Amino acid sequence: MRRRAFLALPLALLPAQARANAVAYPAVTPDFRLDFPRDHGAHPHFRQEWWYVTGSLATSRGETLGFQVTFFRARPDFATANPGRMVPRQIILAHAALADGRHGRLRHEDRAGRASLGLAGADEGTTRVWVDGWRLELVRNAWRTRIAAREFALDLEIRMRRPPVANGRDGYSQKGPGAGEASYYYSVPHLLVSGSVERAGARQEVSGTAWLDHEWSSQYMPAAAEGWDWIGLNLDDGGALMAFRMRKGGGAAPGSDTLYAGGTLLSPQDVVRVLAPDQVAFEPLRRWRSPRTGTTYPVAMKVAILGREWLIEPMMDDQELDARASTGTIYWEGAVGAKLEGATVGRGYLELTGYWRPMRL
Amino acid sequence: MFRLSLLGARGHWGGRALLSALGIALGVALGSAVHLINRAAVNELAAGVRALAGDADLEVRGARAGFPEALYAELARLPGVAVASPVLELEAGLAAGRTIRILGLDPLRAGLVQPALFGDDPRRRLELLKPDTVYLSAAAADLARDGKLRVVAGLQTVELEVAGVLPASSLRGVAALADVATAQWRLGREGQLNRIDLRLAPGVDRELLRTAIGAKLPAGVHVVTVDAVEESGANLSRAYRVNLNVLALVALFTGGFLVFSAQALEVARRRGEHALLRVLGLQGAGLFRLLLAEAALIGAAASALGVVLGWAIAKAAVSLGGADLGSGLFRGVQPELALPIGTMAAYWAAGIAVAVAGAWLPALDAARVPPAQALKAGDAERLFERAATIAPGLALLAAGTALSQLPAVGGLPLPGYAAIACLLVGGVLLMPWLARSAFERLPLSRRPALALALAQLRGAPGQAMVSLAAIVASFALMCAMAIMVASFRESVDRWLSAVLPADLYLRTTHAGESAWIEPEFEDQVRKLPQFSSVEFLRSQRVLLDPARPAVALLARDGEADKGAMRVPLAGKGYQRRAGDPPPAWISEAVADLHRLGPGARIELPLAGRRQPFIVAGIWRDYARQHGAVVIERETYVALTGDRRANDAALWLARGATPDQASRALRALPGGSALEIAGPGEIRTVSLRLFDRTFAVTYALEAVAVLVGLFGLASSVGAIVLSRRREFGMLRHVGMTRGQVGGMLAAEGGLLAALGVGAGIALGAAISLVLVYVVNRQSFGWSMDLHPPWALLAGLSAALVGLAALVAWFSGREAMGVGPVRAVREDW
Repeated sequence: MRRRAFLALPLALLPAQARANAVAYPAVTPDFRLDFPRDHGAHPHFRQEWWYVTGSLATSRGETLGFQVTFFRARPDFATANPGRMVPRQIILAHAALADGRHGRLRHEDRAGRASLGLAGADEGTTRVWVDGWRLELVRNAWRTRIAAREFALDLEIRMRRPPVANGRDGYSQKGPGAGEASYYYSVPHLLVSGSVERAGARQEVSGTAWLDHEWSSQYMPAAAEGWDWIGLNLDDGGALMAFRMRKGGGAAPGSDTLYAGGTLLSPQDVVRVLAPDQVAFEPLRRWRSPRTGTTYPVAMKVAILGREWLIEPMMDDQELDARASTGTIYWEGAVGAKLEGATVGRGYLELTGYWRPMRL
Repeated sequence: MFRLSLLGARGHWGGRALLSALGIALGVALGSAVHLINRAAVNELAAGVRALAGDADLEVRGARAGFPEALYAELARLPGVAVASPVLELEAGLAAGRTIRILGLDPLRAGLVQPALFGDDPRRRLELLKPDTVYLSAAAADLARDGKLRVVAGLQTVELEVAGVLPASSLRGVAALADVATAQWRLGREGQLNRIDLRLAPGVDRELLRTAIGAKLPAGVHVVTVDAVEESGANLSRAYRVNLNVLALVALFTGGFLVFSAQALEVARRRGEHALLRVLGLQGAGLFRLLLAEAALIGAAASALGVVLGWAIAKAAVSLGGADLGSGLFRGVQPELALPIGTMAAYWAAGIAVAVAGAWLPALDAARVPPAQALKAGDAERLFERAATIAPGLALLAAGTALSQLPAVGGLPLPGYAAIACLLVGGVLLMPWLARSAFERLPLSRRPALALALAQLRGAPGQAMVSLAAIVASFALMCAMAIMVASFRESVDRWLSAVLPADLYLRTTHAGESAWIEPEFEDQVRKLPQFSSVEFLRSQRVLLDPARPAVALLARDGEADKGAMRVPLAGKGYQRRAGDPPPAWISEAVADLHRLGPGARIELPLAGRRQPFIVAGIWRDYARQHGAVVIERETYVALTGDRRANDAALWLARGATPDQASRALRALPGGSALEIAGPGEIRTVSLRLFDRTFAVTYALEAVAVLVGLFGLASSVGAIVLSRRREFGMLRHVGMTRGQVGGMLAAEGGLLAALGVGAGIALGAAISLVLVYVVNRQSFGWSMDLHPPWALLAGLSAALVGLAALVAWFSGREAMGVGPVRAVREDW
C-alpha cells in the first residue's frame, strides 16, 4: 500500500500532463492475483515500484538499532526512438538509513542510477534489484541486502518465516476514493534478520526482525493528496499491523485532513483483516520540529483501529531524512515502538511524508 | 639637506621629470594590466576545470572521438571506485553559427561528482533525464531565445528543448548540459563517451588504483589526476601570456631609460648646485643617496599612478572584450577581476626599482666629481667617458648570442628573452664608442652650420649619448617587433597560399565537432560534373600525451602518386622504404614536443589501438597550435572503419565557375549546412584573424615606441636648452639665427641617423632571436624572415626628421631670449 517518499521522483519526472511522446502505463485493476515468485520480481511496465525493508536490530552488546533499506524503480514517462543503451528507460534509486539512539540522528545515504550497462537494474521473476554495489536479492526464502554507505554499512540476511500477506483485496490496494488510485501491494512481516552492521569502521554482528513491503503502481497518490502517514508493526504476539492514510490540506478537527485510509491487521492466528477507510484513524499526539529544516512532524501518534487505540512513540525524535539531493524531498521515517493500554506490544516503522512541502502528483 | 636639494630640483624637474614619470607609470600600468587580465582568465579557466571536475579524484580522458561506453561500466565496477560519472563532451555547431560546448552526462552520477551542477535545484537532474532536453549555461542563455537550441549534427539540424538556464556559478563558458544518451544519439556518437570522472572510496591508494585503471584503458585513453587537467589548461596559454608580460616589461624598461636620460641631464645641469651642497658638508655618498631618493620618490608616485591605471585598464578591457587578449585561448571567458594586493605591490616596487636603477649611474657620477672641479663651468661631459670602453658592450652582445642558442626552459623561451635583454643593453653600451668613431671619421663640411654641428658632436659626446641611447633602445625594439610581426604575417600569407591549392573548399568543421559528411554525400559530390578532382578530409583529435592538449589528426585523400601529401613541408621529407608502416606528416609543434624527425616512428591511437606510422615529413602549420598529424585517408578508413569526412578541397572542371559549383553543392540534400568558400576568401578571413590576434601586441608595441619618442624629444630638447649661452656666443660671433637653427637640426639629425642605423642593426639581431628562438619555442611555429623594408625606411626617416625638428624647434625657443641676455646668464 502506502508510501514512499520516493514518490517525489516519479512526480517530478513524470508530470501527469498528456504528452505526445508519453508512454502508456498499465492500469492497476482489481482483477488481480499475486503470483510468487514472479511478483517478488520487478514489474517494469508500471510507473513505479518499491521494495521496502524496515526493522530493528540488536547488537551483541545489547544496543537496539533501527534500519531501513529501500529500492525504488521508476519508469519515466517519455518515449524516445533513441536506441542507445544508456537511455534512462528505468531509474533505480536506493535509500538506506540506520537509527542509532546514541548517535542522536539518522545515518542515511542514497544512490540513484539508470538501469543501463548492468550498473543498476531490477530483474523480473524474482527480487534482484541493485544500483552500483548496493543490492537486494531473494535467494530461496531469504533476501540478502548489502549496503556500503559512507557512514555505515549493512550486510543482512532477511529470512521469511511466513508467506507474504496480501494487502487490500488479494493485493489490490485502494489508495484513494477515485477509480484507479490504487496499487498492487503485499507485505512480509516478522522477517528474521541476521548479519552485520558497520559504524565508524567497527563491524558488529546483529540480529533482529524486519518487515518487507513490495508495491507497484501507476497512479499511487490521489490527486488531492499532500502526503501520507504509514505505519507497519511487528507485534510481539505474532500478529502484525499495517495502516496508512492519505492526507489532504484540512481543518483543525482531528481526522479532517484524512483523504483516504486503510490497513491490514494480521492476528497471531494468521487471520487477515482488511481495514476499511472508516476503520483507521490517525491522531497526532506530539510534534517535533526539525532544527535543520524547520519542518514539524507528528512523531508520536494515536492510531485508532476497530475501537482500540495504538500509541506510537519514536525510538528517537530526529529521524528526518533530507533527500533533496536525490529524490528532491524531505520526510520522516523512523523506528517506533507501539503500546496498547500502557503495555508495549510491538515494534515497527512510521513514515510521515508531505510535511515539508506537499508531495505533488 | 634633502629638502634643500628638492628645492633646487623643483625648478628644473617639471616637464622632463613628468615625462620620465609618465614612462614609468605607463610601463607599470601595462605590465600590471596584462598581468591582471591574464591571471583573471587563467583563474577563470582553472575554476571552470575545478567546478567541472568537482570532487573527482581521477579523470579518464580520451580524444574527442572517445571510447566505447562499456569502459565506463567496467571502471564503475572496480573496487575502490566510489562514483564513476560518464561524460560525452563535444564542441557542437549551432544552426545559427557559433559553437557551444555540449556536456552529455548522467545527471544521477554527475550530481555526486559535481555538486555545483545541481546543488541549487536537485530537481533539475530529473528534468535533464528527459530526451532532447538541455540546460544552458548563463553565458549561453541568449543562444536559444525561443526555448529551442538548434544543434548541427552531421549535415542536419537537431532541435533540443531548453529546460532552463543554470546559475553562472554552476557551469562556465558557453555550454549546455544534456543527458548522456541524448548527446550520444543526437550528436551521432552512439555508444561513445570521451570522459569518465571518478571519485574514489576513502582510504584507497590513488596511485595504485590509477595504475590499475591505466592498464585497462585502450590506446589513446588516459587516466589523469584533476590537478594535471587544471595544469594543462593553464599550460595551453602560458607561452602567450609570458610573451605579453615581456612586452609590457619592455614598456617599463623604456620608462627606466627615460629616467636615466632625464637624470643624467639633470645631474649635468645641477652640477654646480650639487657641488655647493658638497661644499656645505654633504659627503659624496650622501649626495648619491640623495639623488637616488629623489628618483625613488618620483618612481613611487609614478608607479602608484601606474598601478591604479593598470587596474583601470584591466577592468575596462575585461568588461569590454573579456579576458581573451587576442590569443583565442580564453574566448568567451568572462572572469571576475580580483585585486591581488601582493602582485600589485610587486609591480609598484618594480616601478620604483626601475626608477632607482635609471638614476644609479648619473647619481654615481655626481657623487664622484670633486666639488671644486664641478663648480667650474663646462664640466658636464664626464658621464660617458668611462662608458667609452667597449669591453662590457661586446661581452653582453656575446652573451646574448650565446643565450639565443639555448633551448627553452620549462616550455618557456627564457634564455631567448635574456638574450634579447643582453643584446639590447650591450648595443646601447657600445654606442659612445660607436658615436665617437663615427663622428671622427665623418669629414667636416664647409658649411659652418654643419661643421659646427659635427664639431659639437665630436667634442661633447656625453650629453648626446643620452639621446642616442634613447633612440637606439626604442628604435631597436620597434624594429625587432616590426620585423617579427611582418615576417610572421608574410609567412602565414605564403603558407595560406600553399595549403589552399584548390579552387573551392567546403567545410563542416566551422560547426564544431558535431558536423560531418556521410559517405553518401561524399559520393554525390564526387559525381558532380562541375569538379575535376575532389579530396575529402576527416579531422579527428587524438591524445598523444595526457598532459597536453589533443592533437589534430587529419586523414586526407591522397593524390594519385601515393605518399606525396600536399602539405608545406619544412625541411626534407623521408623517402619511404619497403616494409615501412604507413606515412604520417607531422606539424612542427608535434615534431618539437615529441622530438621526432623524418623517418622516426610514431604511434597513433586509432580505434583503441596503437598504430605504427612513419614520419614522412614535417610540415608547417599555423592553424593548429597544439599540433597536427596528417595521414592518408585510405589508411585511416582501413584502421578505423570511419568513413565520415569533415572538409573537402575541390578543383573545378574546365568551364565551371565557382558560383555554379557552389550552387550545385548547396542543392545537394544537406548541402545548405555546408560552409563553402574560395581560397581568397579563406585567406582574407585568416589574415584578419591574424591581425586580431596581434592587436594587443601592436598596441603594446606602439606604446613602447611612443615612450621612446618621448625620451628622444625630451632629451634633445634638454640638451639644446642647456646650451643657451653657447648660442648667445655664436650669435655674437656673427652666426645668424637660421644658421644656429641649422646647426642644431644637423646635430639632431646626425645623432638620430646614427641612432637609427645602430637601432636597425640591433633590432635586426633581436628580431632574429624573436623569429627563430622566442616564437619557435613559445608556439612551435617556424617562419621565414621578411623584413618590412618600406615600413622600416619610413620609420627611420620619420625619426631622423623628428629629431632634427625637435632640435631646431628647441633652438628657436632657446634663442628667443636674445643673444645678450643669453650670454649674461654666465655671470
